[in-house]
Amino acid sequence: MELHEFTAGDIRKLLRERKISSVELTRAYLERISALDDRLKAFITVTKDMALEMAAAADKAFGEGRESTVGGIPLALKDNLSVKGIPCTCGSSILQNYVAPYNATVVERLVSENSVIMGKTNMDEFAMGSSTENSAFFTTGNPWDLSRVPGGSSGGSAAAVAARMVPWALGSDTGGSVRQPAAFCGITGLKPTYGLISRYGLVAYASSLDQIGILSRNTEDCALLLKAIAGQDRRDSTSAGIPVPDYEAALRGKEGNFTIGIVEEFFQQSLDDGIRTLIEQAAHVFEGMGWSLKRVSFPHIRYSLASYYIIAPAEASSNLARYDGSRYGLREPAETTISMFKRSREKGFGAEVKRRIMMGTYTLSAGYYDAYYLKAQKVRTLIKRDFDEAFRECSFILAPVTPTAPFRKGENIDDPLKMYLSDIYTVSVNLAGLPGLVLPCGFSGGLPVALQLIGKPFDEVTLLRAGTAFQRATDFHLKNPPLGEAVPGGSIKESMK
Amino acid sequence: MSPEIIIGLEVHVELLTESKLFCGCSTKFGNPPNTNVCPVCLGLPGVLPVLNRKAVEHLIRTACALSCTIAPRSKFDRKNYFYPDMPKNFQISQYDLPLATAGKLSIVTAGGEKTITIKRIHLEEDTGKSVHKGTIDCSLSTLEDYNRAGVPLLEIVTEPDMRSPEEAHVFLTGLKDILRWLAVSDCKMEEGSLRCDANISLSPGDGVLGTKTEIKNLNSFKSVREALEHEAARQQKCLASGIAIVQETRGWDEKKSVTIPMRSKEAEYDYRYFPEPDLLPLEPGAQWIREFREALPELPAEKRERFVRDYRIPSYDSSVLTSSPAMADFFEATVRCGASPKAGSNWLMGDISRILNDKSLSLDETPLTPGRLAGMIDLVEKGTVSGKTAKSLIEEMLATGKDPLEIVKERGLTQISGEDAIQALVIEVAQANTEAMHSLRKGNEKVRGFLVGQVMKASKGRANPSMVNKVLDGLLGALPLPEARQDEDDHIRG
Ligand SMILES: [Zn+2]
Repeated sequence: MELHEFTAGDIRKLLRERKISSVELTRAYLERISALDDRLKAFITVTKDMALEMAAAADKAFGEGRESTVGGIPLALKDNLSVKGIPCTCGSSILQNYVAPYNATVVERLVSENSVIMGKTNMDEFAMGSSTENSAFFTTGNPWDLSRVPGGSSGGSAAAVAARMVPWALGSDTGGSVRQPAAFCGITGLKPTYGLISRYGLVAYASSLDQIGILSRNTEDCALLLKAIAGQDRRDSTSAGIPVPDYEAALRGKEGNFTIGIVEEFFQQSLDDGIRTLIEQAAHVFEGMGWSLKRVSFPHIRYSLASYYIIAPAEASSNLARYDGSRYGLREPAETTISMFKRSREKGFGAEVKRRIMMGTYTLSAGYYDAYYLKAQKVRTLIKRDFDEAFRECSFILAPVTPTAPFRKGENIDDPLKMYLSDIYTVSVNLAGLPGLVLPCGFSGGLPVALQLIGKPFDEVTLLRAGTAFQRATDFHLKNPPLGEAVPGGSIKESMK
Repeated sequence: MSPEIIIGLEVHVELLTESKLFCGCSTKFGNPPNTNVCPVCLGLPGVLPVLNRKAVEHLIRTACALSCTIAPRSKFDRKNYFYPDMPKNFQISQYDLPLATAGKLSIVTAGGEKTITIKRIHLEEDTGKSVHKGTIDCSLSTLEDYNRAGVPLLEIVTEPDMRSPEEAHVFLTGLKDILRWLAVSDCKMEEGSLRCDANISLSPGDGVLGTKTEIKNLNSFKSVREALEHEAARQQKCLASGIAIVQETRGWDEKKSVTIPMRSKEAEYDYRYFPEPDLLPLEPGAQWIREFREALPELPAEKRERFVRDYRIPSYDSSVLTSSPAMADFFEATVRCGASPKAGSNWLMGDISRILNDKSLSLDETPLTPGRLAGMIDLVEKGTVSGKTAKSLIEEMLATGKDPLEIVKERGLTQISGEDAIQALVIEVAQANTEAMHSLRKGNEKVRGFLVGQVMKASKGRANPSMVNKVLDGLLGALPLPEARQDEDDHIRG
């Protein structure tokens, strides 16, 4: 078996048994990145030197008997997470030359556990998009079909994990940006409860919706990485002061009898037939495990996309105001300060970002605030109530992730409304601040399809348990994308000491 | 009948906290540019604010002192506008749910006492500072200093309750007293820690509102009063000559003593306020507020009245003694140590204040204790030391903190009250000043002071003055008179 085929959990075992060193492993993955990324374009920055240093530090720690959950295992970060001394572009021209001078809290936690940061991955500019086509630099390919998009906005991270360029990666999810690309790339994705992971150092798109999420090969890896990064942070007032369970240990616990909620409104009109069929099959898999299904109705869910596309741009218009060319990032010279601001922003931001800034500015303007922003917030409360109601009887909710399989590059780029529709099953989860887990559940026309389990607030344990049960019963998550010819990655036999 | 002047104030107060409102950076004034900064107060991509608890405490204490209603639930909002000295291009402030509302402050002017209503008090972050190279209208470049960005500000807004520039001035002074009293702010206008904007309009009467103007950035107590006086006169002139008053923002030109238009109010900014999603709502809790209210110190106005009532000192003394908590506490402690209130007040207002002023020290920066001051007052009253000796004693006590009696013993400063010793001194002086003695004996009381002074000098200030007078009077009758003629001859020859 080749090195890159191992999951993070396998790698951890190999590292602990000293069957491999972190430096060897890191070299192998770096090699694979350099061989594959010309075609895939998942990375904006590959932090080769830093990765090797971190790997050496991890080996040293192992040598001294200091072990950790994620130590020595390569990891990729979406390019909106701050790593001290490393560019943090957010996929935007306006931050092309910006180097973060501090570490995000998650990065600090990963560094303290000797994780190995391999690089920063491509993304839709400022996390706005559903295809990674809004990156100012290039478009990432879907490992299952390079002519298709990997999803967005964490498309780079999803593609890197799916192509086995890293065992796992972090992304961010504001309206589905971890779950949708995980689905498109056929991997496991988790958007945790809002407040479970500190947002400090995650460049904000829409503060009340953003949450750092995990892209991995299976639910066990997901639990491992979550354990390393979750928990309260004094630097993020919205991070929750609740004890972090040992997710890894929880997976070994008894499964229990779950009731799965099926939201009627999720299975109407726009859902692709192939996807509908696969999700229904998945529901039967759960039933086969002795769990019961329960039909529930979400009367307000149809307003979720509209309210998301009011709240997110409103917050974004404010969060992105700091990029004006005066302190860092792109500066276009001009006669006056205001025209310098205008020119820098005109040149630095792409079309989608400008579109959302304008929408947000409009809906927050005096005279429109009540009609749009305030109303959207009220809808948000109602959507939350729909979920609360369902959770009285259901352990979690089973839903689609996307209405269609991965679309072709360029297919939706000139039709923003159609693009926005690809978030239809994911945004309500962010509006309600809930956790959502995405699991591969089959293939449609050779392309991966996934299901989504939506859990109660801070009940990641139940979600991951259910997900683990599903992955024990199925093998969709074990399929490799057809990347063609053998790509170097090293094998365990060669590198065994 | 001249129209009524209507004034409302908006006061911005920099709070005395160690760290900024949303990060741990120092708030120290005068550090080199951009040294009190971190990713958070520079608004770098990815940072989040964390509220400073101390700043909230300062607001609550101020609100209690001004009898405000404190909201059980308040929130922060973003005020969006582009400005180079604003790191995030939005300011975190409080918009529709300020923490404190509906307070009051009583003021006393020549016209009597009245109450000014405080409309609201809220917290917000200060901005940085733009430094223009050259003049502001044609500068080649602008430098930004973000040391001040994120320093906590209290915004205190009054209702338009003031009816004269004098009332505005007295209100502001009273407010400053309270803020300093609570150690909430040092209120140094020259360092920008207290800034004031004033709204002023003239009402022709019957409650009709006139068009108002806003005078921005008044940076001294004097300029608040002068700018308002000037603006009232200007508006009156406009009305008298039929010129419409334009609603606008004006600045105060201190050199020329005139208000000048800054920008027209028509271009009112749309700040696009919305709730700050990175901060949780502020819910201080009734228990917390109650604790603050109960722990609130006696405020200057109450204390002033109580001092007059309890210590029977003049109200002038009382207002001087209540100018700072340190002074008032020292005074009360001195009285508790046995000194008479008037003597304590005299020393504190007189010599002690003078010496401290000369050295630019405050009372708590000296080693003097109330017990020692009371001890010294006691020495004077018992006649152990003269008043003059006491003056030099207090100087040493302020410098070294020594016990007065100890100093007296060390330097042999005990007052000479024994009749024999004084008589010897007086005779000595009389013999050296026969002319003056003669003059005094003839009834010229004016030279008495000179003679007593000479005795005091000869005794190095230790002679008891009343004893000196007594002995002197005795001598005038008993001593043989010097030759009067000779005296006159001298006079003629001279
Ligand atoms: Zn700071």
